[in-house]
Amino acid sequence: MRGGAWDATGTPALVIAASFLGFGSMAKAADLSMGMALFSTATGWALPGQVVMLELYAIGASLLVISLAVALTNMRLLPMTLSLMPYLRTPGTPRWRYYAIAHLIAVTSWFHAMRKCPDLPPDERLPYLAGHGILLWTVTMAATGIGYALAGAVPPAVSLGLVAVNPIYFALLLANEYANPLRRNAVLIGAVLGPIFFLLDPDWSLLLTGVVGGSIAFLVGRARSGR
Amino acid sequence: MSQEWIWVVMTVAALVTYGWRFLGVALSGRISPSGAVLDWVGGVAYALLAGLVARMLLFPAGALGEAPLSARLAGLAIGLAAFLLSRRNLILGVTCGVVGVIAVRIAA
Repeated sequence: MRGGAWDATGTPALVIAASFLGFGSMAKAADLSMGMALFSTATGWALPGQVVMLELYAIGASLLVISLAVALTNMRLLPMTLSLMPYLRTPGTPRWRYYAIAHLIAVTSWFHAMRKCPDLPPDERLPYLAGHGILLWTVTMAATGIGYALAGAVPPAVSLGLVAVNPIYFALLLANEYANPLRRNAVLIGAVLGPIFFLLDPDWSLLLTGVVGGSIAFLVGRARSGR
Repeated sequence: MSQEWIWVVMTVAALVTYGWRFLGVALSGRISPSGAVLDWVGGVAYALLAGLVARMLLFPAGALGEAPLSARLAGLAIGLAAFLLSRRNLILGVTCGVVGVIAVRIAA
């Protein structure tokens, strides 16, 4: 657990703090209370979905439209959780623990766990994710509150910088996977297909990108290895 | 809009979001850690993430849309270049990329 928390301090904590400072000030601009902003971060804990929710709420979209958009934006959490869970399972662990710790799966904690867990002894993997996730979760809560309190007080250039942190950080995390052929191909194909599918159908584009891009990357990998 | 409404919206959004994580745990018992299914699911996860990042940069929701496309793409290029040239220093890459977005936004 300490190892995970330790790996989350430094760069991941800083970058995630900056991203959620941006969310805090965005929540203020949308006329939420600080309690509401904190509630969204505590329970949603997946920034792209929170941003989409706020945007649609602000323009008065219906609950159905908002939940569908949030569901489709956060769909990544299904394949992410599915691909990480087999490493986390150990005999004798009560099932509720998996369901509780699953809430801590978000892009940053997932990237770290995917890299680290295969090399850890099986009984240390779930605690690693827990330590990493709890530290980041705490940081995001503090950052959401601070961002809310400081909203309007920072120059526009800084608030623009804060909302730019998240996509650029995610892009670099993805670029960091180039040594793994399957992941590299999936990232490259997904980055090309994503915008194309978005122009065809914004709502379903992420689902299509994941399934089509992931399948192509998977099949290319199989063909290359001659299986 | 009433105060109650945003609580409903946030609660539903949170349930929908956790639903994916829940489903991931529920379905994962059938996947072997060394099998082809896991490789495929991993490919789907990375492709979907890449698609999401491309969407966030090209068709941003929220305040990032205030920066022109040129600023967002320049920020990405500068961030990637700094990251690769610094032997994959993440914090340096992110900082350079973000400063790049702001600089091009101001210059544009």
